[in-house]
Amino acid sequence: MAQARISAGRSIAAHAVLITYTLIALFPVFVILINSFKSRKAIFAEPLALPTRETFDLIGYTTVLKQGDFFGYFQNSMIVTVASLFFVLLFGAMAAFALSEYRFRGNLLTGLYLALGIMIPIRLGTVATLELMVASGLVNTLMALILVYTAQGLPLAVFILSEFMKQVSDDLKNAGRVDGLSEYTIFFRLVLPLVRPAMATVAVFTMIPIWNDLWFPLILAPAESVKTITLGSQVFIGQFVTNWNAVLAALSLAILPVLVLYLIFSRQLIRGITAGAVK
Amino acid sequence: MSGRKPIRWHIAVFLAPAVLVYTAIMIVPLFGTLNLSLFNQTPERTSEFVGLANFRTLFGDPRWSGAFWNALGNNAWFFVVHMLVQNPIGILLAALLSSPRLRMAAFYRTAIFIPTILSFVIVGFVWKLILSPIWGIAPGMLDVVGLKSLFAPWLGKEDYALTALALVSVWQFVGIPMMLIYAALLSIPDEVLEAAEMDGITGMSQFWKIKLPLILPSVGIISILTFVGNFNAFDLIYVAQGALAGPDFSTDILGTFLYRTFFGFQLQLGDPHMGATIATAMFGIILIGVCIYLFGIQTRLRRYQF
Repeated sequence: MAQARISAGRSIAAHAVLITYTLIALFPVFVILINSFKSRKAIFAEPLALPTRETFDLIGYTTVLKQGDFFGYFQNSMIVTVASLFFVLLFGAMAAFALSEYRFRGNLLTGLYLALGIMIPIRLGTVATLELMVASGLVNTLMALILVYTAQGLPLAVFILSEFMKQVSDDLKNAGRVDGLSEYTIFFRLVLPLVRPAMATVAVFTMIPIWNDLWFPLILAPAESVKTITLGSQVFIGQFVTNWNAVLAALSLAILPVLVLYLIFSRQLIRGITAGAVK
Repeated sequence: MSGRKPIRWHIAVFLAPAVLVYTAIMIVPLFGTLNLSLFNQTPERTSEFVGLANFRTLFGDPRWSGAFWNALGNNAWFFVVHMLVQNPIGILLAALLSSPRLRMAAFYRTAIFIPTILSFVIVGFVWKLILSPIWGIAPGMLDVVGLKSLFAPWLGKEDYALTALALVSVWQFVGIPMMLIYAALLSIPDEVLEAAEMDGITGMSQFWKIKLPLILPSVGIISILTFVGNFNAFDLIYVAQGALAGPDFSTDILGTFLYRTFFGFQLQLGDPHMGATIATAMFGIILIGVCIYLFGIQTRLRRYQF
């Protein structure tokens, strides 16, 4: 009896702490979202109230959509993120396969060389990266961003994926070899489908920093036609500091796409993290 | 052994794309930057080799060294706040989440991780609005609990701005230590915990005596990730306070200092060579930190295999 009461009390305490922190985590996002649908007067009079019929107003959204090329920014961000993700996953998986499957001279050294990038941020090379991009004429192109993000994502991808590929059964691969499959077919047809959960984890971890990055778009591609949504909303919000409706609407528009993507992938993310990447 | 075996070209094919892109875009520019810090621009717009003169300027010239030590000190405080607030909260949340038979665990996990997926631009502006004395959400909420007198425009005061921004950053990133520790806690086998329960070790003492020692390697990993992330931070400060990292440089950290030096700001002209020098100094700081961790801490952590 006493035991049960203690554990019930403990579970209530646990829920209390978790609910408190959940509120802290969600409150700012919630405040921004509800106020973006209110009229200017209501934003200041009752900042914490939900929009009612009298206070409901879409003026912020109409201003934002009229002024900035939000659709274009969004498209740029999509292209950069999807293309970088594709190259990180493809090149990362290929290198991880080579490192985990074959024994050859320099295997350990190559692994360490690639892992170096996990510890040393690519940003510190920015000065020379910019010179390189200027020399190759890639400044203000989406290609520059895709190249940089691919290089940035590869170290962690190779590290995580090679851990997972070591778990793929040797018998299966050897059976494929006996059947006369080439090493390339074994990789693409047998191994890749089996490490799909790990690929999803790597995808989420690679995607978030790319989508949210401000540093490289600001330095390598600040032109209007190649602005990403993160840089676009930063510049845009800066122009509207005093127009609270527009600022709140712009913030909401920037939050929603990531939020939706996250909610779609979150299940896979948890499964991938808890499946052994950290063990 | 190698004499009879044919060269296995497929290994090279598998490795080449990753190694080439990584080398060309990451390693070469990194060393290019280190190299650039050893040169200076002459009046004729050619560069000349000056050895370590740029570093002497950075550490010795009062105009540069003052800004550098200020940025480094602020950065160190930024890191301390993360270690004292973010990681303990992350571990606490993970410990609560991993308790068996907890209902709604998936909901909490998903919700608490949401700030981590938001961009710095959003986080910076959202908190600027909430802490703004004009809008009055923060003073209004303090009023409810009767603490209105405690309110100050935190982001505008030299004494508080850096700590306030560090706490905003903690709010954003607490999900990462939470997730990593959560995964580590889940990987502790049930037999170990059952054995502990047989010996009467439950609840809090079970956490301190059994679980914490087992997850120490993960705590080490989040510490070093926090260190690298913090000494490389830039975005949040830039969004919230601009490149001048006001008020009066009180929130200036190495990332904003590097950005200002390299690109110039207002009356100050951009200087790629001094920028490269600062980047090299940051590289050194991060390298020292990582080495201390790898050789001083990681080798002493005990790992248990199940």
